[in-house]
Amino acid sequence: MSALLEVRDVGKTYGSVIALRDVSTVVNAGEVTCVLGDNGAGKSTLIKILAGLHQHDAGQFLVDGEPVQLSSPREALDRGIATVYQDLAVVPLMSVWRNFFLGSEPTKGFGPFRVLDRRKAKDETRWALADMGIDLRDAEQPVGTLSGGERQCVAIARAVHFGAKVLILDEPTAALGVKQAGVVLKYVAQARDRGLGVVLITHNPHHAYPVGNRFLLLKRGRSLGSFDKKDISLEELTRQMAGGAELEALQHELRGAAQ
Amino acid sequence: MSDFSGTLTTDERIASPGLLTRLAVRPEIGALIGALVVFVFFTVITSQFVTLAGISTWMDTSATIGIVSVAVALLMIGGEFDLSAGVMTASTSLVTAMLSVKLGVNVWLAIVVSLVFALAVGAFNGWLVMRTKLPSFIVTLGTFFALQGINLGVTTLVTGTVQVSGIATAPGYASAGYLFASTFTLGGSPFPISIVWWVVVTALAAWLLVRTRFGNWIFAVGGSAASSRAVGVPVGRSKILLFMTTAGAAWLVGTINILRFTTVQANQGIGLEFEYIIAAVIGGCLLTGGFGSAIGAAIGALIFGMANQGIVYAHWNSDWFKLFLGIMLLAAVLVNNGFRARAERARR
Repeated sequence: MSALLEVRDVGKTYGSVIALRDVSTVVNAGEVTCVLGDNGAGKSTLIKILAGLHQHDAGQFLVDGEPVQLSSPREALDRGIATVYQDLAVVPLMSVWRNFFLGSEPTKGFGPFRVLDRRKAKDETRWALADMGIDLRDAEQPVGTLSGGERQCVAIARAVHFGAKVLILDEPTAALGVKQAGVVLKYVAQARDRGLGVVLITHNPHHAYPVGNRFLLLKRGRSLGSFDKKDISLEELTRQMAGGAELEALQHELRGAAQ
Repeated sequence: MSDFSGTLTTDERIASPGLLTRLAVRPEIGALIGALVVFVFFTVITSQFVTLAGISTWMDTSATIGIVSVAVALLMIGGEFDLSAGVMTASTSLVTAMLSVKLGVNVWLAIVVSLVFALAVGAFNGWLVMRTKLPSFIVTLGTFFALQGINLGVTTLVTGTVQVSGIATAPGYASAGYLFASTFTLGGSPFPISIVWWVVVTALAAWLLVRTRFGNWIFAVGGSAASSRAVGVPVGRSKILLFMTTAGAAWLVGTINILRFTTVQANQGIGLEFEYIIAAVIGGCLLTGGFGSAIGAAIGALIFGMANQGIVYAHWNSDWFKLFLGIMLLAAVLVNNGFRARAERARR
């Protein structure tokens, strides 16, 4: 069986800037592939390629074993790749159900009299969220009144409900408190257990390690390797993330400065 | 998938909200209260305000503002402005008048041509905004001046004066006039047909906004264009359609005007664009997009019409009308901002 998503030596340049080079990893069904790296490591470039916003110009990008060049987010969605962005997951002023069905609204009637099936949309929103274990008070309330973690969860539940096979999550825990981040990770694990392939982008190894099956480490546009969980410990992951020897040198320096 | 609704039970955390609470979150409630206050005020201090002739007059004033302000409200909810809508009412009048008076074209055909002209300008506005990513405020300010120049320039060139008149004798005038500029009798008093158009346009816009898929997209592209794009909403196409709708509404008012007055001044319509925007804002539209109501904009236009005519009936200097507008606008923006803060506040 081929992987849901696979990149082989994929690369991307913006003018003279090499944003990404020789990156390889796989995303399997029912597994979480974590992409870790500091700012400017190339995480954003990689997800933009996977989500169809940008096109890679080197290497191969395979969906279900078939090489592709995605031309738009719509095409990515049609191939079952849904992306949840950190800050633009939802429209704050719109109600939960309007957000949930945005872009895929159920309608009834025909011709020019086709209208939103509001009842169905509201019921299905509550049902889908309840199914993911998200306890919603009122489908009519504006999403802006939900907490940051709840907003991410609505976006994740939306992707699951609309049959995504691959879920790309861009820093879902970045702006959240410890408890909220834990809630979001719980839904990530739930999406994984439903057989979705998840790509989790983060710079926090403590969030990545508990849910991840595979860890792709990026640094300055290059891959430091794609490790299976059994091949890397949390300590090693953290050390690699922070730049290993560089961090030790920094610690030494700071200690020196403090004295 | 159809039988899951039975498994949902009413959530005990949701108290059935009282009527007042439910009303307070409606965008048009502020405008409704304002309209009531203005109505009562002029009813008390003038004698003609609630006569049938009086009602007909201020309803007509409201209608010609309201038809466009409802379309402007949709555009504002979609996150954009159109400053060219006022001048567009004159441009479409001029196109219709020149074609039928100077070229002898049937009035019906002239009306259709001016509609195509309006939609083309609207599409151009939208395309330019999407293409350049400039604020629509700037793009349509450009269109505003360009149309103003064309109106005056072309009219002077063709007629040697700054007006076009004489459409009443053109072929097709009678039947077109019946549809756009006739009156109907209610309680023995004549009411202009523009009021019917206003009601129809408002009902259509309100239905479109709340009940249809495109309406959902209007809220979404205004609330967050990037989020909408990420879930596959055609942001560019939606916004261009909204600009075309505004231009189309301006065409309707332009058509009503030329057929009713049978003459059009080339400098007409300047300043109306702000009245449309103010009516939409009084009606609950946020200046930043993503929230508002078509019915609210219609009520905003009603306040306009009532105040405009009420001041005349009260024998005041009409200069005071502008002061009234300014105060209404500020009050409305403050009320709207209060709502927005409540809706966007996250419970962290």
